[in-house]
Amino acid sequence: MRTSLPEAPAGSPARPGNRRLPPLVLHILAALGALAVIVVLTLVTDEFTNLRIATVGYYLIAVAGLTLLTGLTGQVSLGHGAFMFIGAYTVALLVRRVPAFPLWADLLLAAAAGGLGGLLAGAAAARLRGPYLAGATLALAVGLPALTRRFQDFLGGSNGLSFTVHSRPAGLAGVVPELRWQTWIVWLSVLVALVFVVNIVRGKLGRTFRAVRDDEVAAALSGIHVGRTKILAFLVSAVCGGLAGGLQAYLLGTAAPGSFTPALSLSLLAAVVLGGLGSLWGALWGAIALVYFQAWSEDLADALHLNTDVANNLPLAVYGVILIVVVLAFPRGIQGGFQRLRGLLRRTAEKKENHENH
Amino acid sequence: MRTTRTVAGIAVLALALSACGGAGESDTSGTQAADSAVGVTKDSVVIGTHQPLTGPAAPGYSKISVGARAVFQSINDGGGINGRKIDYKVEDDGYNPTKTVEVVKKLVLQDKVFAIVGGLGTPTHSKVVDYLNTEGVPDLLVSSGALAWDNPQKAPMTFGYQLDYTREGKIQGKYIKDTFAGKKVGYFTQNDDVGRDTQAGLDQFIKDQTVAKQGYDSANTDVTPQLSALKAAGAEVVVCECIPAFTALSILAAAKIGYKPQFVVSSIGADPATLSGLLQDFAKRGGASVSSAQLLNGLIGTGYLPDVAQTSDPWVAYFKGIHDKYIPKEQLTNTLFYGMVLAYTFAQALKASGPDPTRQKIVEAMSSGSLKGPGLTPFGFSKDSHSGYTGGYVFKINPDTTTTVIQQPAVTDRGTGAITPYSGERATPDQVNLLGK
Repeated sequence: MRTSLPEAPAGSPARPGNRRLPPLVLHILAALGALAVIVVLTLVTDEFTNLRIATVGYYLIAVAGLTLLTGLTGQVSLGHGAFMFIGAYTVALLVRRVPAFPLWADLLLAAAAGGLGGLLAGAAAARLRGPYLAGATLALAVGLPALTRRFQDFLGGSNGLSFTVHSRPAGLAGVVPELRWQTWIVWLSVLVALVFVVNIVRGKLGRTFRAVRDDEVAAALSGIHVGRTKILAFLVSAVCGGLAGGLQAYLLGTAAPGSFTPALSLSLLAAVVLGGLGSLWGALWGAIALVYFQAWSEDLADALHLNTDVANNLPLAVYGVILIVVVLAFPRGIQGGFQRLRGLLRRTAEKKENHENH
Repeated sequence: MRTTRTVAGIAVLALALSACGGAGESDTSGTQAADSAVGVTKDSVVIGTHQPLTGPAAPGYSKISVGARAVFQSINDGGGINGRKIDYKVEDDGYNPTKTVEVVKKLVLQDKVFAIVGGLGTPTHSKVVDYLNTEGVPDLLVSSGALAWDNPQKAPMTFGYQLDYTREGKIQGKYIKDTFAGKKVGYFTQNDDVGRDTQAGLDQFIKDQTVAKQGYDSANTDVTPQLSALKAAGAEVVVCECIPAFTALSILAAAKIGYKPQFVVSSIGADPATLSGLLQDFAKRGGASVSSAQLLNGLIGTGYLPDVAQTSDPWVAYFKGIHDKYIPKEQLTNTLFYGMVLAYTFAQALKASGPDPTRQKIVEAMSSGSLKGPGLTPFGFSKDSHSGYTGGYVFKINPDTTTTVIQQPAVTDRGTGAITPYSGERATPDQVNLLGK
């Protein structure tokens, strides 16, 4: 990796202050800052809002992984929920069968198990593209949860597994509510994972990914092993998916096939599109939208005292409408919208400056 | 790759700091004091439930909360229980366990409910039992017949409602053994506690008659392979332990492959009115029209509440009155009725916990054995048992989709005890007299 270049390349706008800091350090600092924001946020909100913040956290890492796969290497996966399934069951089984394992080991293994699944899926997927790849990954989302039926005694059948994870140090009981503590753990893990992902996206590997996405032939001609790169992208994104599933299981104390339907995979992909394809900031907006649009539209349905049939379908309808509107207005998602807005503001500012100069 | 190693090092360090003990270690904090009265004010009691208003279990079951709400409205219009109106919050979990955990936490933490009443589903509700008991939230009348709710030691706040699946399996097993002696039997069950617990009962009687066992998963609505396997095994009687949508799908799948077994359906999926609607709906979606009366004719089912068609029953008449007044546009099905009985039973327990209800008091009221109700067999509630209805009857669906009781109510236990006919007196609505002082 060439991350420790002493100076920014000539010609790039030198930002004062951070010229000497390598990107990795910057990313770690940013992650620490984000963690501080989360801690403050959880301290000023109630316990249930903490749960929602934590939910945004694990969706964020899942969506970020999918962003890397779909936005960066151009592989459309309709089966990302399957990696969450793997992660969730890994944590569930470890907590139940090996209770002596610490949580961080459980989560690392969940990410590793997701990665292993991604490696296998990626090896098959590297030979497919476009709709064929989408179909194959969808099959993964449909088929994998059926394993619980095949190994009913081990995986608990349709009923799934339930368990309680005790991660809060005994000394903090009565000081920090369990859910708040869990939210911190979720976000800490997510931010650690994000540092990895951001480093990959900004580094050499990220450039390789983009090269493969933009033109496979050109990439191959310039010495990039296309198949291997695609598998690598699958691996990284599946690690994120596995971690997200593991965090979900840790947070909710459950792993059941009913939670990992193809609808989950589709809504993850929708969140990628909604947030902004190919942008990690977009993953954050997507994850927030996933959690909050649903909650808001449910509250709205409650407040309006709608007929139950309408109220039940309102959240999905609202989500669909927002997706359509955002994509029509900002083809590059919410993040694209923000960028356009920023560009617009800058241009107006420049124009104004020009006016004043003349 | 030095930087990579640094990142890895930091990651491991951070995670190591985050948790020192094992993730599965048992917690030291016990059950919280239950003498609190969260959700109870001078003039209201807030309760909550999780229901599948969307998703695979919604067909049929989404009407349960509609029935319950109507009864609560009628109680509130009559002045409430001890002057308190019941505020009934229904959250949709789509029969998705992850969603169940979220909405139950929402009800407990944000809406601050006094109790969870009638939380629906085995795969869903089993994920929140630990939480509710740790938080000391009464978890009353769980809408599922799994045995898991009857565990006063581990889950002192949780109480069942339905006839449990093992008891029901025993009653069905004995009936099949007596009536269809020597015939080949196939099981078709939901792949969770529903299936496991039911088979524990069925196997006591008809294990050697069984030729095939098939299961379904609620996420997969194609049941033709399973029905084909049952047909291939030559099963003449198919015991279907299915939620309404899957009873209907099984009947349609059997009809499609020209298979005509005697279906024996458990109470969770044997409501003729709900099934008629689903059969027509599913068939229409498949581009066909069917005569649901013809398909349902002769179907055998088990039940523990009076059938809504029995208008001479005082409880049916009582709830029909509420139905006509509050929800006349809804079809009065046994499923709707189930929700009405559920609401009424909770109201009885609330009344029995006195003028100043606390969480502890309502748990005591539930355990006192004082709940009399619309069921044809008694509840099993006591200090040592949190089991709901303890027995049931067997019925057959007539050509006009009404039902005829073909075996009178009988009670039994969840072990290997005998099945004994029950002929105890039921209190009438006038005797219970929920409203007033």
